[in-house]
Amino acid sequence: MLPIGTIAPDFELYATPDQKVRLGELRSKKVILAFYPADWSPVCGDQMALYNEVGNYFTKHNAQLVGISVDSKWSHLAFAGQNKFHFPLLSDFEPKGAVSRLYEAYDKESGESQRALYVLDEDGLIRWSYLSPRGINPGADGILNALEEIDNLKK
Amino acid sequence: MTTLNINLTDKDHAYGSNTATLELVEYGDYECPYCGQAYPFVKNIQEKLGDEMIFVFRNFPWSNIHPHAFAAAVATEAAALQNKFWEMHDIIFENQQTLSDKNILWFAQHIGLDAERFKEDIQRSELAEKVKKDFESGIRLGVNRTPTFFVNGKRYEGHLHEEQLFQFLEDQLKIASTSLG
Repeated sequence: MLPIGTIAPDFELYATPDQKVRLGELRSKKVILAFYPADWSPVCGDQMALYNEVGNYFTKHNAQLVGISVDSKWSHLAFAGQNKFHFPLLSDFEPKGAVSRLYEAYDKESGESQRALYVLDEDGLIRWSYLSPRGINPGADGILNALEEIDNLKK
Repeated sequence: MTTLNINLTDKDHAYGSNTATLELVEYGDYECPYCGQAYPFVKNIQEKLGDEMIFVFRNFPWSNIHPHAFAAAVATEAAALQNKFWEMHDIIFENQQTLSDKNILWFAQHIGLDAERFKEDIQRSELAEKVKKDFESGIRLGVNRTPTFFVNGKRYEGHLHEEQLFQFLEDQLKIASTSLG
């Protein structure tokens, strides 16, 4: 994992079949980068489905969530559509896992992203990170605490 | 294992004795099939443990994937205003397959609620706020799936399996008895 306090490296990935998102364009907002192994894990316990429910609380902190996995943009489109996700899923598909590797969140053995979280502040600095065991949904409490901490320091 | 501060409040819906040694808290969603599976075995466990356990249900609706979950949660809060929280809780889980906004009104009649009052109450914003507060408290405790159980503040990490949850409760009962005695 990249160290706290460093600038989050910029990247650009497909968010839809014809639209890319560049991290640098999200400055002025806090950003939650949620790397995860794969689309289509069971719901009622799925990490992305959980974050979709918590979306309002992220918005309150002026934070934008993006999910990142090595799945194709077409898989993301179907997965996000079925679960009515209100945030983008980015496709780290070609070259495979390049951004996950850049963020030291790639599992070479499985060829998938690890379950890794980064919270960036409005200036693009990494302020919090967490690496969860593969099978464990890390929940949203760590992210919310990190967002609050960033806001509290400004007061 | 960390012990979390669950902090039962008078807004919580609790079934059982206030002096019970065991406190089982479930974060659940009325439209979640796993919660539907958990429903009968929580009942069995309640029966087995009797006065030793108090059971608290808190709402954790997955509103985006379960279109009736939030309305169902509000319906139980409205039923609670007529002292029939558990009756509504039970009838919803027992008829989870046919859960719909229309059937919720039918459930209300079936359990003997004043239907007119119920229809007004489910519109009240404070009931929706209560459901959201439950959800938020769950998020803060790290709830990441439904159902999530806590026993005396300790999170149950095991499988969704009656015997296993019962064993966990028995173990906590032993721990509590030892520390008391």
